[in-house]
Amino acid sequence: MSNQRSKYEHLMYPVDWLEERSGLVGGIKYFLFRKVPGDVNWFQTLGAATLTAFLVQATTGVMLAMYYKPDAKSAYPSIEHITNDLFAGWLVRGMHRWGASVFIILMFMHMGRVFLFGAYKYPRELTWIVGVILVALGLAEGFTGYLLPWDQTAYWATTVGININGTAPFLGPFIAQFLQGGEFINADTLSRFYAIHMLLLPAMIAGLIGLHLYLVIRLGVTSPPWSKEAAGGSNDSEPGADEETHG
Amino acid sequence: MDPRRKTPHVPGPSLWPVGFAIGVAVALLGLVVRWQIIALGIVISLVFGILWIRDAAGRRGITETVEVESEYGPGHPGPTIPPPSTREKYPRSVFLELSTLGVGGVIGGLVTLPALGFMIGPAFLKQGVKDHDLGPVENFPQDSFVVATYMSDPAQGEVSRRTAFVRYNGLLGSQPSFTIISNHCVHLGCPVQPNGPVYDKQSKTFGDVTLIPAKPSGFGCPCHGGQYDSEGNRVAGPPVRALDRYSFSIRNGHLFVGAPYSVAKVEGVGSAAKIHKSAYSYPGEQADGVESWLYPIQPPN
Ligand code: HEM
Ligand code: FES
Repeated sequence: MSNQRSKYEHLMYPVDWLEERSGLVGGIKYFLFRKVPGDVNWFQTLGAATLTAFLVQATTGVMLAMYYKPDAKSAYPSIEHITNDLFAGWLVRGMHRWGASVFIILMFMHMGRVFLFGAYKYPRELTWIVGVILVALGLAEGFTGYLLPWDQTAYWATTVGININGTAPFLGPFIAQFLQGGEFINADTLSRFYAIHMLLLPAMIAGLIGLHLYLVIRLGVTSPPWSKEAAGGSNDSEPGADEETHG
Repeated sequence: MDPRRKTPHVPGPSLWPVGFAIGVAVALLGLVVRWQIIALGIVISLVFGILWIRDAAGRRGITETVEVESEYGPGHPGPTIPPPSTREKYPRSVFLELSTLGVGGVIGGLVTLPALGFMIGPAFLKQGVKDHDLGPVENFPQDSFVVATYMSDPAQGEVSRRTAFVRYNGLLGSQPSFTIISNHCVHLGCPVQPNGPVYDKQSKTFGDVTLIPAKPSGFGCPCHGGQYDSEGNRVAGPPVRALDRYSFSIRNGHLFVGAPYSVAKVEGVGSAAKIHKSAYSYPGEQADGVESWLYPIQPPN
């Protein structure tokens, strides 16, 4: 290691420069090489898989936004243009459309593993609560995105979805009318859904993922329920903990 | 709680912020209902806001010594309090802290409130549809249905297209009677279809209006199978009331569709029908019975 370091030292200069001024390199190393229980399980990669799915959605979504036109007259033609005419448009649109389902499915699988491992218990309740908000926002993301192709399926599925919201007691009609942006689905409804889909919800989800990961790093991940390792001890204070860590 | 305990304790949660929040909520509700309610909300939030500030200030020792003593109950000597002259009643740091928070809050509010209003307001203000001309009354043969589609707001284009099933019932007294049923399924809003032949080839189009004669025995919904009879009464499936109807008027021999309203059920047929009207509501909301209490206020339309 030290040999390599001296041979390639000049390569490290930019990294050292960054580290000296920001501490970011240390931070990233801390994140990547943090200690986890020795017997973690493949199911514990589901959270990271969900994160990856979200990043795929965010990236492909930005690309689609470069060609998509959110108004009642040109939305559907612009979708056709993306799918049929533009280079790799079908691919990026397909990734975003299928990826949406993958994201939701992974989120629920991750939630299921957290539940079955009992990983929501003290002190990780807040991680769970943030996760529940993420599920709600993720589903809202799917709902608002579904309208955007502005075809018959999109229009009527959204009508039904909005009216399901409308049947909630007391506030339902107001929620429905807020979603529609008026008494009926109208010319502003599409751009409203677009703004919620591409600006409001992703920003909230990204922020909450940050909080979620902060909590995961701060609290450490749980061992599987069948773990033989003593519970409750922090790895740092256990002698020989270093040998057990992966990284 | 032992009143004599020595350790300073964290102040318990105060209820004033809750009252303040209720005031804000009432004021927002007033925005869509009427201005007196806005005023009421502002008064409530002001009262609770002042109480809240007073309370917060008291906990920080800003207010008089008397307040501190009252915690120990009447007659209790309480702990020895240094004579007022040596005690700083209103430390500068507390003043600066509160004013920073206050000014920050005001600036934040000035930016946030109009933006939130802009997000929410247009969905509730200036609602309502204009009457729409469906052409001469002669277009509607007696006792048979015509499927009429039109743009309720031509400036918005096709997205505002509405469909209604129009039937002329003959004269009621000296006035012509029309049944105008909305195609908006009252289960969850899909477009109901006439059960029976639709004569596309005999359609008439003028302006943004298209009229197609039809001979339905009732109406059916493609989404979840809701079925209605020719008066719009539910006969099967998940819908919870009869189909909505439109009010109408006749001017210069032309039929105009007006605002929609909801219908719990219809007794009888045609011009003799007794219509149990209610305020225009979203699909899936009962128009009568106990369940209708779940939807006491409808947003403006
Ligand atoms: C946007 C969606 C989400 C992302 C990107 C995400 C990401 C992650 C990641 C990377 C971890 C590390 C451990 C692991 O991978 O299992 C984690 C842990 C955790 N997640 Fe999520 N998650 C999401 C949604 C949820 C949901 C829906 C819940 C439950 C309601 C949840 C509850 C938890 C809990 C309690 C932990 C701690 C588990 C432990 O310490 O063993 N998360 N999350
Ligand atoms: S929307 Fe008509 S039956 Fe469900």
